Amino acid sequence: MARIEAEVGKPQGGFMKWIDDRFPFTKTMKQHATEYYASKNFNWWYIFGVLATVVLVIQLVTGIFLTMNYKPSAADAFASVEYIMRDVEWGWLIRYMHSTGASFFFVVVYLHMFRAMLYGSYKKPRELIWIIGMLIFFVLMAEGFAGYLLPWGQMSYWGAQVIISLFGAIPGIGDALVEFIRGDYSISDITLNRFFALHVIVLPLLLIGLVFVHIVALHHVGSNNPDGIEIKEHKGPDGIPLDGVPFHPHHTSKDLIGIIVFLMIFFGVVFFAPEMGGLFLEHANFEPANMTATPEHIAPVWYYTPYYAILRAVPSKLWGFVLFAIAVVLPLFLPWLDRCRVRSIRYRGWMYKTALTIFVISFIALGWLGLQPAEGIYVRAAQFFSVLYFLFFILMPYYTTIDKTKPVPDRVT
Amino acid sequence: MNEDDVDRIDRNRRHFLSVAAGVTGAFGLGALAVPFLSSLKPSARAQALGAPVEVPLSSMQPGEMVRVLWRGKLVFVLRRDESMLGRLQDSVAELRDPDSQVAEQQPDYAVNDTRSVRPEYLVVEGSCTHLGCAPLEDFEVRPAEGWNGGFFCPCHGSKFDLAGRVYKGVPAPTNLRIPPHRFVRDDLILIGQDTGAA
Repeated sequence: MARIEAEVGKPQGGFMKWIDDRFPFTKTMKQHATEYYASKNFNWWYIFGVLATVVLVIQLVTGIFLTMNYKPSAADAFASVEYIMRDVEWGWLIRYMHSTGASFFFVVVYLHMFRAMLYGSYKKPRELIWIIGMLIFFVLMAEGFAGYLLPWGQMSYWGAQVIISLFGAIPGIGDALVEFIRGDYSISDITLNRFFALHVIVLPLLLIGLVFVHIVALHHVGSNNPDGIEIKEHKGPDGIPLDGVPFHPHHTSKDLIGIIVFLMIFFGVVFFAPEMGGLFLEHANFEPANMTATPEHIAPVWYYTPYYAILRAVPSKLWGFVLFAIAVVLPLFLPWLDRCRVRSIRYRGWMYKTALTIFVISFIALGWLGLQPAEGIYVRAAQFFSVLYFLFFILMPYYTTIDKTKPVPDRVT
Repeated sequence: MNEDDVDRIDRNRRHFLSVAAGVTGAFGLGALAVPFLSSLKPSARAQALGAPVEVPLSSMQPGEMVRVLWRGKLVFVLRRDESMLGRLQDSVAELRDPDSQVAEQQPDYAVNDTRSVRPEYLVVEGSCTHLGCAPLEDFEVRPAEGWNGGFFCPCHGSKFDLAGRVYKGVPAPTNLRIPPHRFVRDDLILIGQDTGAA
């Protein structure tokens, strides 16, 4: 052998062996792609995890390019964004991709989370995947919030004013905490500068780390499926789940179609409706920040409005904040609130189906109400839907216990 | 030294060293956190920019209001006319804190019926005590709506009277804050400072 090798002058295994002796490349590829077996009955709900990754990449790349022209100072920020829009070649495209990407991030993440609720993907043994996912959602909310201050428009300024003031509701330390977050007596250049640091370094690093851990945990326990069946329980003689197909190339090739369709919609918005009628980029934000006048009508960007509506529904500063915080954190406990032994909605009874429907209607209604002025009937409606939102979670241990389920098949359908 | 000695581990000593190293490390990290966290507090420049501001009153008419910025915060200076002052006691029953009992919301010298040093001039922070939006002034009296003139927050509908006192049943928990201020002369107010020679 040694003689032949010497004659040919080439070590056995070639370049990949050289790499694999030093880094587990082939092994990693097998473990996470070509020999990662995911259920063959995935439906289109299973595209949103991949799409969230696609949007993350779009945000990272466009974000890096935006920082090359953006100036994080109260004096220059607004003008530098306008400079990007008008004078930088293709700057408008990069910025609109970033601002549209922010909204689409929440679209796909909300749908991704809803998928988990449809098919019980948060249930044992996937509780940690769900918790890590919720942490990703929290970081994403902070990331979007910090990013919205950066253009230094009217809505940037007053939106930040309102949200930072929320922390002032905490008894005792509130005022000191608010001053600490701002680094000044009001939202100023200093606040803008530190939000820039959070938005481009701290939170993205956290986000990437959490996404990595999210996927590692997923690939350790295996993906759920629309039937909510553990495919690992039925393996062939080769030890491969009978209902599983390798993630690559089977799922990746399907995902590619999903990505193409997604990008068509995404760029449709980027090109034809980047402001989305004031929903993605609010009209008031085309005016520079003015600390002497709050815009007549102030509302956060659409993806925060369900929680904002809950905040406003409570006529008390402290309790508004408390219920707002609980509403955001509550889904974290889903794996333990849901007592049903059946994962997928396909085999669940009418109670969970009804509860989930009411929950979705409440969430969308709250989202719409959060965009309306805080007056009369809107506040009443927000109170009504807030109660429904909380009841979905609070009553869950009860109705998921007594709900009649259908028999779950052995194998995927 | 025989082989037994080599294998013998003094667990007490190891435990002591581990705890000692851990505690020392924790204190070190704690000490290191101080400069990093302190760097996030208002800097010397931010504090210097928070210096008091002067507001000349000579050109102000009764019923007129001016807006100034102190420490980047909006401050309203309202010259109340006779009718405005007269209305202050009309809706006391609908106010949450008519006697300014919440101590942090005003200096001691503004704990009175008009929440001011001189009844004519109201000096109040234009920052809603709910979530910090700037309230809008609406001094018109509309008895049909039960509106006696005052301030209205466009964000979440909080209402305040002509002394910045909050009405009941709105999200703002307390009266608008009165910043420290004093009259330097009859026609000059200094906002942000209330001590030193008058």
